[in-house]
Amino acid sequence: MTSDNHQDNIIDVKDLKVHFPVTEGLLKKTVGWNYAVDGVSFSVRRGETFSLVGESGCGKSTTALSVLRMQDVTAGNIVFNGQDITHFSANKLRPIRRQIQMIYQDPFGSLNPRMKVGSIIGEPLRVHGQAKDKVKYRTRVKELMRLVGLLDDMADRYPHEFSGGQRQRICIARALALEPELIICDEPVSALDVSIQAQVINLLMDLQERLGLTYLFIAHDLSVVRHISNRVAVMYLGQIVEVADRQTLFNDPKHPYTQALLNAVPEPDPELESSRPERLIIGEVPSVRNPPSGCRFHPRCSKAIAQCKIDRPVLNLYNQSLIACHLY
Amino acid sequence: MSLLSINNLSVSFQTDRGVVQAVDQVSFDVDAGETLAIVGESGSGKSVTALSILQLLGDAGTISDGQIVFDGQNLLDLPEKDIRNIRGDRIAMIFQEPMSSLNPVLTIGKQVAEPIWLHRKKTWNEALDQAEELIKKVSIPDARQRLDAYPHQFSGGMRQRVMIAMALACEPKLIIADEPTTALDVTVQAQILSLLKNLTTELNSALILITHDLGVVARYADRVAVMYGGRIVESATAAELYKHPKHPYTEGLMASIPTLDGEPGSRLQTIEGQPPDLLHMPAGCAFHPRCPYAAEICKHAKPSLKEVEANHFRACVGYESIS
Ligand SMILES: Nc1ncnc2c1ncn2[C@@H]1O[C@H](COP(=O)(O)OP(=O)(O)O)[C@@H](O)[C@H]1O
Ligand SMILES: Nc1ncnc2c1ncn2[C@@H]1O[C@H](COP(=O)(O)OP(=O)(O)O)[C@@H](O)[C@H]1O
Ligand SMILES: [Mg+2]
Ligand SMILES: [Mg+2]
Repeated sequence: MTSDNHQDNIIDVKDLKVHFPVTEGLLKKTVGWNYAVDGVSFSVRRGETFSLVGESGCGKSTTALSVLRMQDVTAGNIVFNGQDITHFSANKLRPIRRQIQMIYQDPFGSLNPRMKVGSIIGEPLRVHGQAKDKVKYRTRVKELMRLVGLLDDMADRYPHEFSGGQRQRICIARALALEPELIICDEPVSALDVSIQAQVINLLMDLQERLGLTYLFIAHDLSVVRHISNRVAVMYLGQIVEVADRQTLFNDPKHPYTQALLNAVPEPDPELESSRPERLIIGEVPSVRNPPSGCRFHPRCSKAIAQCKIDRPVLNLYNQSLIACHLY
Repeated sequence: MSLLSINNLSVSFQTDRGVVQAVDQVSFDVDAGETLAIVGESGSGKSVTALSILQLLGDAGTISDGQIVFDGQNLLDLPEKDIRNIRGDRIAMIFQEPMSSLNPVLTIGKQVAEPIWLHRKKTWNEALDQAEELIKKVSIPDARQRLDAYPHQFSGGMRQRVMIAMALACEPKLIIADEPTTALDVTVQAQILSLLKNLTTELNSALILITHDLGVVARYADRVAVMYGGRIVESATAAELYKHPKHPYTEGLMASIPTLDGEPGSRLQTIEGQPPDLLHMPAGCAFHPRCPYAAEICKHAKPSLKEVEANHFRACVGYESIS
């Protein structure tokens, strides 16, 4: 079964489906469906970093936005702290929104260029009516800035005066303002240079330790995921193909897609690279409009058997991992 | 003699906010058939260096100093007409975004045939036949039919294959690939880079591979040049550079990559501070404000690249003053 019986889950996603209509012409007639997320189940345990990895377009961001309820879902359930929030009204969602925050890839696009950094960081406090006591408000903003390694006097500057890494710090400070339990990090370091990536990753890990945060972490850079995660789910074309703890997933990947993905990523080690055989997978990711039958990976899988074309594999417990593959 | 030898290349840009010295006294060699990777953070001058070779800088950019010697000829002495003859023939270039270098209203076949027809003085039909062969060679299925397709009908990965076909059309001695797979997914990136590497090996073409991905460098490069703030700070064979980085920046860069054997929960090493702003370049060594070894002299003296071991070059005065 796909359900996770762990006692202290902060999030349970059950058979989530998000289908987008594909429209054509002036009248926007629906001519097909984009099965962006198609039966995804996973749980995030309190205090852990749970990562979603996969190539672009496989449905990571759509899944994340659904958890936040910023994306309407076609089917399935989102359970937060034991409460099914899938159909909560905007009003009922308000306290939940405080507890789940998001950090995006693009620290440029998500900051208002006309606001000073101090007001950007304090905005969630103002929106949620926590800025009435001006002294307390200012102290809190300063505290947040220090927490993420920004200097007090930066509060009066504008976002364009900051580099990418510092802007991501501003986003993190803003996300922390309301003391959330869960932070969804959607490719938080993908746009940053290597030397700056490391600073932001360390910051995220420090904050997790100090504040007891839980992260739902999305990335396509596997070395980053390997470093930061406790458990990892691999997605392919709108479905999860494997869930395992970090060690198992990277040292002993089971699903042929996971194996191919790990092999495609070159390691920063010329010696290792020259000794490791290159096993390329053929073809490209097919369109989500017309996903292959059975296992969605079967047309590219070197180990596919007849059954793979017909039956869709579901996630099954194998040793300590969950794997959706007829070979296991 | 090297196939390409760049000596003291300097390039500046006139911008609204002042003059930017994008490339500052850069020197390196590329031998026939070898793959040289140029790595560095965004804005460090990698693309400008590459564009200078074929003089594709545009109006704002000026090559203020240096030589670019290719096959014994200083390209900077040649008239524009001769450079045009070299482009796509003896030196070809592949960019990150193939859509911007492909003509949206011409079929793929016409675009691949064009350089062959132009540089090889073949008839149009001969050029088209050869284009079909090339399309097959880059593993695009149904080559014959695909000749009549337009760029928008191709995926990003397929377009990059077309670019490779075009680049290889005249069997160039040098191919410059500027972040050719940055926009692609990892499984497709692996296919494209492996294709590029195999075909350049087959033709014994040299490859300058520009990337910020240190994994890609490790898998495909023979030698590496590391750029920082418009200058090359270190160069060596790939194996040597990863194992024994000698410049504090390279050392920091290598240490900040998450590795396979890192302890769970362990912190990464970091390079403190932020990359330099080219409009307000620090005096002396551009890296000194972030350098853990910086000495007084680093604030004033601009280090030049010196051979510190056989085939291992480093530009650092501070290190020398310590050891
Ligand atoms: N708002 C939307 N409307 C229509 N299609 C969408 C929308 N958001 C995402 N998609 C499609 O859903 C699929 C999954 O996208 P996404 O979740 O962004 O993938 P990832 O984050 O893994 O790159 C893609 O095919 C994408 O084009
Ligand atoms: N057309 C241009 N006009 C003005 N400045 C430019 C232009 N092209 C590049 N530059 C500047 O030159 C520097 C180096 O750029 P580039 O070579 O593109 O860096 P990289 O490829 O290493 O990311 C950058 O600071 C950039 O702003
Ligand atoms: Mg995304
Ligand atoms: Mg560039």
